[in-house]
Amino acid sequence: MFHRFRRRGRRPSAECPGCAKETANTGCRVLAQLGKGCCCRVRGHKANGAVRQRLLDLGFVPDAEVEMIRCATLGDPLEMRLGDYYVTLRKREAEMIEVKDGDCTAEHKPKLKS
Amino acid sequence: MTAAASNIIIGLAGQQNAGKSTIFNMLTGASQHIANYPGVTIDKKLGSYRDEYGRVEVVDLPGNYSLTSFSLEERVARNFLLREKPDAILNVIDASSLRRGLCFTFQLLEMSFPVAMALNMVDVAEANGRKIDHEKLSNLLGIPVVPTIGRKSLGKTELRQAIRSTAGSNPTGHSFHVDYYALEEHLAALMELIAVSKALSGTVSLRWLAVKLLEEDPEARKLVSRYHEQAEEVLEAVDTTVRSFQEKTGMATLDYIVSCRSRKASEIVDNCVKETDAGTVHFSERIDRVLLHRGFAPVFLLFTVYLIYELSIVQGYKLTVLTWPVLAWVRATVAGILPDAGLLHDTILRSLPLWMVDSVNTLLNYVPIFMILFALIAILEDSGYMARIAFILDKAFHRFGLHGQSTLPFILGGIFTGGCAVPGIMATKSIPDERSRLATILTVPYMNCMAKIPLYTLLVNIYFPSYKSHVMLFISTITIIMAMIVAKLLTTTILRGRETAPFVMEMPSYHLPTLTGVLRRAFDRTWVYIKKVGTIVVAVAVCVYVLLQFPGLPQGRTEHYESEMERAVETFHNHIQDTGYARMLQEKPIVKLLNVSAAYRDAKLAASTREASSAVDAGYETRHPELFQFLRPRDADARKVNRALRNLSAERASLRTKIREETILYSYFGAVGRAVEPITKFAGFDWKINVALISSFAARESSVATLGVLFQEGADENVTLEERMGRESKTGGRTPLHALALMLFFALYPPCLAATIMVKVQTGSYKWMLFSIAFPTAFGLAIASGVFSIASALGLTGIQAMGGFYFLALGTAAALSFIPDPAWEREQKRMIEEA
Repeated sequence: MFHRFRRRGRRPSAECPGCAKETANTGCRVLAQLGKGCCCRVRGHKANGAVRQRLLDLGFVPDAEVEMIRCATLGDPLEMRLGDYYVTLRKREAEMIEVKDGDCTAEHKPKLKS
Repeated sequence: MTAAASNIIIGLAGQQNAGKSTIFNMLTGASQHIANYPGVTIDKKLGSYRDEYGRVEVVDLPGNYSLTSFSLEERVARNFLLREKPDAILNVIDASSLRRGLCFTFQLLEMSFPVAMALNMVDVAEANGRKIDHEKLSNLLGIPVVPTIGRKSLGKTELRQAIRSTAGSNPTGHSFHVDYYALEEHLAALMELIAVSKALSGTVSLRWLAVKLLEEDPEARKLVSRYHEQAEEVLEAVDTTVRSFQEKTGMATLDYIVSCRSRKASEIVDNCVKETDAGTVHFSERIDRVLLHRGFAPVFLLFTVYLIYELSIVQGYKLTVLTWPVLAWVRATVAGILPDAGLLHDTILRSLPLWMVDSVNTLLNYVPIFMILFALIAILEDSGYMARIAFILDKAFHRFGLHGQSTLPFILGGIFTGGCAVPGIMATKSIPDERSRLATILTVPYMNCMAKIPLYTLLVNIYFPSYKSHVMLFISTITIIMAMIVAKLLTTTILRGRETAPFVMEMPSYHLPTLTGVLRRAFDRTWVYIKKVGTIVVAVAVCVYVLLQFPGLPQGRTEHYESEMERAVETFHNHIQDTGYARMLQEKPIVKLLNVSAAYRDAKLAASTREASSAVDAGYETRHPELFQFLRPRDADARKVNRALRNLSAERASLRTKIREETILYSYFGAVGRAVEPITKFAGFDWKINVALISSFAARESSVATLGVLFQEGADENVTLEERMGRESKTGGRTPLHALALMLFFALYPPCLAATIMVKVQTGSYKWMLFSIAFPTAFGLAIASGVFSIASALGLTGIQAMGGFYFLALGTAAALSFIPDPAWEREQKRMIEEA
């Protein structure tokens, strides 16, 4: 019964069940659709001005690899991992980030110490 | 410019969570102070230290993600850099997230400042399995890089040396620059265009300005249009470049520039970082799997909030019992210096200073609570849990136009009956979103502060004795519901045009807070509170004093009290007629004896140890050798005098209280109370309640005291205020419904004096301060009148009306939460138009 609490490991978004549901074969189109534990790469931004700048500053630059870590209890702010640090953002900002499939084989691949 | 320039100014810059403040503390030690940047409410932290060449002034720049002009803090930091031109910049960078920090460093280098780097928290990076070759980093960037561990003060001397050597170096000669590949030729063309302007080419870095223009930075455009002779030409060239680049590559110039920086940063990281223990999950992430677990997170949050409340408000309140004697001693000392008290009336020279001391004391009384509170907040902030609190609660608050970081102000304001709006409003400082910050400032006073509790208790005991727990629950939850409704109303109406910021932030790693860091922050903030509130309160207290004391009692009443006092003095003399002291006391002015005995009593009460107590005795014996025998009677006659004196003293005190309270009724505030009765009668308030409410503006505590005065028939029979009010309400036809209206108004009532001053301090404008007084008054009165009138018309009882109103408010709040955010609607409309 504890399988739900176990970490599923990183999956590329194409294999991610959360994303596959949304958009059939193409994988996720915006970051907000990314399922927990899945990862992808940033394609571009729909936002402008301050929001865009802030997202870029925090590392959502084209081609950056993003992993979805968790969402808050009420389901809104999301926590993402970008390389070696963690960032939170609201769903509505995550919807402004277009993504493409990532290969998720980057070198910072974390796993639990046994 | 070498060592000859002995005094230098350096700026401390770095991204949030890089440990900037620990480095600041490490460098400057105890010599630091807080000032304000002109025109904004952002603190300017200044400090200094000496090295062998002279003084080094350190200015802590507000936390930054980058040097753009989108947020106020970033604008402030950038303006400081551009205008004050510090001799060197110390760039603090978090070694455990080096890649992102480097993007910021690149921007500093682009601005052509002499930069030194403090590579902070190398221990954390190493614990995460990453070893950084700082010499290689230094070579690649062309600037000195010093590894530091701010929390352990490691790297201090090396850092100071690096700062000194950097300040003497030639700033324009950075060997390092980021390559923008496809944009380089456009940059070169732009730089040439900008260089035409003499005003610009001498003062700012051309490359930096050109890059900023291509990033479409509004402030950079402003800079050009203000100082460049052919501004239009330059801006047009920028626009064409941006457009053609977008068409050619399908990528915005801003995205391209940022990703160039990011690529460069990755390159450097790959070069100088060795992964010693690759493949482990961050320590912080492992903690978060428990603390931020979707199901358990609220439990941990509730526990934390409860702990803060218990430690600061409950235990801090107990501490005030220990600190109060100190304040009482100050008051007694001041009272001793001032002219002596009259028999019944004091001169203004005595009463006004004492009034001011009392006002200040009321606020200083909370200092222990604030100390604990600020220390706990500092722990939360330094440890990194504060950001997690915002993460957990953001959605709930966001629905009402607030922000995840509004949680703390509301807790401090008193979500669970018993907080204080002043620290609550102070804590709004960290909210990055201007609109939410204002909405939070304006709604925090609705929480149940400690001083509101006595009135609630009083009313509940009189009018709702059988529903106590229901009513208390009603009060503590209705306030948060109303606060949410008001926040939503404000953010969709008058605040709708305000700047909002996305909730995008770095989740900081957990750190163990340091004792000195926490204590320093607690002291700093408490000191700011004392300084700001203390000084303004003295000024405002004078106004309130005048409004409450003048024009004074009518002639008839004064005569009445004087004759009462004369009678009391006569009784005293009659009582001591047959003692041996009668003649001696007949000649002496009785007021001196009374004053000395009152001062003696206060001094004895303040003396905590036996030694102190006998010291007081000795002091009074030498100063007043004639009178001391009555203070500590040794024979039967003296004892008799002492007893009579005590009675007289009590009589005088009670007369003085009555005069003081009646003065309020005849004062300007009293007149206002009567004047607004036609309006407030819809809410069921008569003029007596009005006066109590108005006088409670100075301090909420006084509302119950004033009510005590107003319902004073029966005070002599030793009947409690509850019974007196209850008795009068039966004859005066006051019902629980009246009480409900009063409680609702009191819940929505404007903040007290200290809190409104804090509103002024935090918003930086008197306009908002006045708004924070006027709006709640109107809103509270409207709600109270509405509930009272409708419930009266429907013939509802108090408890029925309460239930009805509760569900109505709950429904309204729920409905309002579905109204979309106006700022977001605007954004979407714009996007649709663009598409």
